[in-house]
Amino acid sequence: MQRQVALIKQSLFDQGYLDEQFVELEELQDDANPNFVEEVATLYFKDSARLISNIEQALERGSFDFNRLDNYMHQFKGSSTSIGASKVKTECTMFREYCRVGNAEGCLRTFKQLKKEHATLRKKLEQYFQLARQAGPKETARRPK
Amino acid sequence: MLNPGQGRGPDSGVAGGSSNSDPFPAGLRVLVVDDDPTCLMILERMLRTCLYRVTKCNRAEIALSLLRKNKNGFDIVISDVHMPDMDGFKLLEHVGLEMDLPVIMMSADDSKSVVLKGVTHGAVDYLIKPVRIEALKNIWQHVVRKKRNEWNVSEHSGSVEETGQREDGDNNSSSANNEGSWRSSRKRKEEEVDEQGGDDKEDTSSLKKPRVVWSVELHQQFVAAVNQLGVDKAVPKKILEMMNVPGLTRENVASHLQKYRIYLRRLGGVSQHQGNMNHSFMTGQDPSFGPLSTLNGFDLQALAAAGQLPAQSLAQLQAAGLARPPSLSKPGMSVDQRSIFSFENPKIRHGQMMNSGGGGNKQMNLLHGVPMGMEPRQFAGGGQMRVQQQQQQLSGGRAVGQNVQSSGMMMPVGGGPSMLQQQQVMLSSSVPRRSETSSGSRVLPAAATTQSVVFNNFSSELPRNSFPLANAPGISVSYQEEVNSSDAKGGAGFGNPSYDIFNDYPQQYNNNNDWDLQNIGMVFNSHQDTTASAAFSSSSSTQRTRAEHVQNHHQQQQFPSQSLNHMNGGGSVRVKSERVAETVTCPPATTLFQEQYNQEDLMSALLKQEGLPLVDNEFDFDGYSLDNIPV
Repeated sequence: MQRQVALIKQSLFDQGYLDEQFVELEELQDDANPNFVEEVATLYFKDSARLISNIEQALERGSFDFNRLDNYMHQFKGSSTSIGASKVKTECTMFREYCRVGNAEGCLRTFKQLKKEHATLRKKLEQYFQLARQAGPKETARRPK
Repeated sequence: MLNPGQGRGPDSGVAGGSSNSDPFPAGLRVLVVDDDPTCLMILERMLRTCLYRVTKCNRAEIALSLLRKNKNGFDIVISDVHMPDMDGFKLLEHVGLEMDLPVIMMSADDSKSVVLKGVTHGAVDYLIKPVRIEALKNIWQHVVRKKRNEWNVSEHSGSVEETGQREDGDNNSSSANNEGSWRSSRKRKEEEVDEQGGDDKEDTSSLKKPRVVWSVELHQQFVAAVNQLGVDKAVPKKILEMMNVPGLTRENVASHLQKYRIYLRRLGGVSQHQGNMNHSFMTGQDPSFGPLSTLNGFDLQALAAAGQLPAQSLAQLQAAGLARPPSLSKPGMSVDQRSIFSFENPKIRHGQMMNSGGGGNKQMNLLHGVPMGMEPRQFAGGGQMRVQQQQQQLSGGRAVGQNVQSSGMMMPVGGGPSMLQQQQVMLSSSVPRRSETSSGSRVLPAAATTQSVVFNNFSSELPRNSFPLANAPGISVSYQEEVNSSDAKGGAGFGNPSYDIFNDYPQQYNNNNDWDLQNIGMVFNSHQDTTASAAFSSSSSTQRTRAEHVQNHHQQQQFPSQSLNHMNGGGSVRVKSERVAETVTCPPATTLFQEQYNQEDLMSALLKQEGLPLVDNEFDFDGYSLDNIPV
């Protein structure tokens, strides 16, 4: 079981969903804080959902306030980076770039992509955590090879 | 919220591997501020893993109020740059000014401009997100460094011992286990360091005595007494008698005197440079004090400082800028003093144009070279801008120690600008007296008579004797006056080293020491003001020559960029140069430049530069045990 968990995790890294930072978080987990990573992830998804909806509203309004959008995205990027959400982070960067040049169409496109990546990651992580809990105490962070 | 003093963080485990020995840095009290809950959670976890005592906060306002309520409750602050309710840099400035704690900035933004902003505002470090735990493991160094700078008596002496020991953020802080150990170690250190002076050695074994706050008035009294006795002949005992302040001990006076002397010395040396520098800065830059200008001056200074670039080069530069031959200043001042001043000057946040010593010797008029018009202009009209800028900077950067408030920082004083100037003025005028410049700047000991008070324009009534930074509006103004009137204070024109004489604001952080070196050098740095830097440069250059080593020390401390900004609006220029110098020489001053213009600190800083042994360091670095001795 644990092996399965490890494999899933490995694949997340390999596919680029997660990066080194996630490993850092895992290293913070210990007996005293056995579910730290999951807690952080939960918090992240909750907070980022809020940000996403803010951005969505801002975009729907039609008037592209790039500054504000960029601000939201900066926050979003910050959190995503902190938990190691690699693909999400990439989309954030792209979005900000579009904001910078004032490309509304690009923003919209990227945002769609970003939401998709975000949802995908969420699902995968949920799966992962669930399995991990079932598997019981597992090895903590092992850097992906 | 303060964690109860316990040496260890939540995790049991040995901090730093020391069991019996000092568990430092475990128990370091960190306040982390970030609006992103995910990051906040992660940081908290990481910091706890480092065995620090963590307090997290998601709003800057809350953080500030926490800090204000528990003045000595934290050792270091980590803050995000982008926050909805308050810009991280603003928080940085406030903390630097009011609490004088080291602040680390962090952000996902790694663009150079933002990082530079962090530096100029006085952040002791800048972390790029995602933050790794390794980066957090070493943040304690900033606390130590800051304290060290405060205590350093002499550049060489270094509080080598200090490195090992970390001082608690606050001398007065209550004792936690760690604190106890730290404090004692610190005291030990101080003892060693101070010993040089030989005056009374404080009984380090005892807990820190309440620090004496050298308010403006107190300092003025001090200076008056000293002048009456003769700077060279003044002895603590007599000064004490003359001052006749209940509760003040001879040791307090001795220590203060030591610092003062260093300051004076420094002013002497600095004045020249300052003048030159100022000029260049002033002219070169407009009130905006772009970092650029300062950088230029800065570099020079830095070089000078660091490498001890011959002051001449700096001076030359300045001269070029000023189109004046760098005149070294004050004939009256002993060379020593000059150096001190110079050193200090840069430190002085005031950076602003050097303070023309009031009257007297023009020599260094920092601003001499600089067309006075400039200054006044700057200050007056332009100055206003500058001041404003400075103020902004100050305010932005950090609330200059509460004391300084008036100075440059957003001083309510009508003359915000004047503040800056005042500082400078103070610096200059204070040379001989030093105390005067009330303007927050810790004006370097007035030794530099030559320093012309640049701010003549502003001539506000700077309390002459008061140490810089009188927060009171009057003070700020006074800065100028002082400068003008007093005999050329050492070039301290620039942001006087934050002598927190005023300590109007509870200095908690005080560690008075901070202001010493830190203020001096640092102040300047923070300011972007070119003028400040200019002023600074001149002073710094002089300093450099002499107090190179000192500078190193000071610089480190001083570069609290923030403080600088605060200090002098104009001083920024100066500061910058100083900063640069410092950076070059020393690691960026962690201290935000202690806004607190603790006189003691200033003095210590000055003294340190000189390498004079502090007379008594009873205070760990607060210097004076008495707190806020009513004057």
